[in-house]
Amino acid sequence: MSEIENKAENGSTEIAGEGTAGEAKDDKGLGLGVIFFIIAFVACFLSGTLLFPKLLYSKKEQPFNFDHALHVGEAGDCETCHSLREDGSFTGIPKLATCLDCHTEEPLGETEDEAVFTEEYVAKEKEVPWLVYSRQPDCVFFSHVAHTQAGGMDCVSCHGHIGESTSSRPYEENRITGYSRDIWGQNIFGIKKNSWDRMKMDDCAKCHKKETGHQGYCFQCHK
Amino acid sequence: MKQENNKAYKFGMVIDLDKCTGCGSCMVSCMSENNVPFKEDESKKKDSITWMRVYKLTNGKSFPDTEVVYMPRPCQHCGGKGDHGHSPCVSVCPAVATDYGYDTGIVSQIYTRCFGCRYCMGACPYHARYFNWWDPKWPEGMENYLSPNVSPRMRGVVEKCSFCYHRYQAARDQAYAQGNKDEIDEENYQTACTTACPSGAIVFGDLNNPAHAVHEIVKPDPHPDPRNKHVVGKSRNPKVFRLLERLGTNPKVYYLSEREWVRKAGDNYLDGEWDKIKNHHGATLSND
Repeated sequence: MSEIENKAENGSTEIAGEGTAGEAKDDKGLGLGVIFFIIAFVACFLSGTLLFPKLLYSKKEQPFNFDHALHVGEAGDCETCHSLREDGSFTGIPKLATCLDCHTEEPLGETEDEAVFTEEYVAKEKEVPWLVYSRQPDCVFFSHVAHTQAGGMDCVSCHGHIGESTSSRPYEENRITGYSRDIWGQNIFGIKKNSWDRMKMDDCAKCHKKETGHQGYCFQCHK
Repeated sequence: MKQENNKAYKFGMVIDLDKCTGCGSCMVSCMSENNVPFKEDESKKKDSITWMRVYKLTNGKSFPDTEVVYMPRPCQHCGGKGDHGHSPCVSVCPAVATDYGYDTGIVSQIYTRCFGCRYCMGACPYHARYFNWWDPKWPEGMENYLSPNVSPRMRGVVEKCSFCYHRYQAARDQAYAQGNKDEIDEENYQTACTTACPSGAIVFGDLNNPAHAVHEIVKPDPHPDPRNKHVVGKSRNPKVFRLLERLGTNPKVYYLSEREWVRKAGDNYLDGEWDKIKNHHGATLSND
């Protein structure tokens, strides 16, 4: 018998011997192992779902609170402030000049936010540095007129019921990409219940495929 | 909300080489329109990025017979063999970072998708693609002059001419705003180089639309060339040719010249080859 075969035989008997001797101990170890696994799994799962989003996103407050519901009631529909220009481009969040169509240097209401607005921005003729929840990355081309005029969609389809909100929620910025959390969505698993819960490329493509029969070529939504 | 697919455009360009003076306005306007980064030393041509580039051609004769022609070269937006959209660069991209828009005939380049393998640069017969070896560095304050309609590129990606696609997007938006879904006006979508050319050498428009000036000049033949079935859209104007036309890449950039040596310079001809085919409006010889 060669040396290697000898070693192999000895080795196998040793392992077999250990196995028979430690059977009772192994059962106990297995139970502990399962408990340890479950504890570790729960700990990792909870930190992944609860702690990770907190670490990933930094919260920023808007310059002051904005009451959409109040403004819709006073001024009319979305288009009063968020309008399309004649050339089809979208005005987005209105500039101070649009606000001053109604507002004056005298506060229109008695809220703290109105005071901040008139003192900090109207009096100093400074634009309000709003944080845009729905801002897409640089490489994305989005045409509002194509969706609202040509496609006949309403604002709610993509923006949700923002018009009924009475306060501005904190703006959450992804620390890695710098994009708003609204792009990925509030759900860390990316699960969406409403069409406005998430605004990633796949969401655009899915709706385009459904409504136009084709998800579009790259340049349809990129620039 | 269901929409019909709109009819397809086929945007193309014809450049009159007899009108081009080689001034370089097209190159300058292109760079500023499309946020093309420039280097500290732009004389290093291997490093510089020029979506639109003006080449100098001569007829090789000595004085007094010397003639010089300047040839602006944007991306040719090839339709590929048989004009089916299999452009040389699109076919080789492993990341689908470039695709052929069947609705416009424009070859896209998506910078965020590109990972910089540069296969497309190897595949492009026209050297129209450029690689960003460095992150762009703008002089202090110049970021404020960048166009918001064109996304800037980063180190490690390929870029190229897009026929100023953002201007098409803007023209389409305007058409929507005016309630006209199907047709954009010819003058509403013109590339930056076209509008900047002081001698009017560049004409841009829809090759599918007989009302457009580019169609009027080029008169593209919708049928495949009987001598080479891969070549589609050849001009029926004997003064108009395309670069390396016999490859069957079917570029959408046409060139126009009254001079025969210029038209001959559009491809590599073997001895005696040119004389056999020069009367068949330009450039195709049965080779398969």
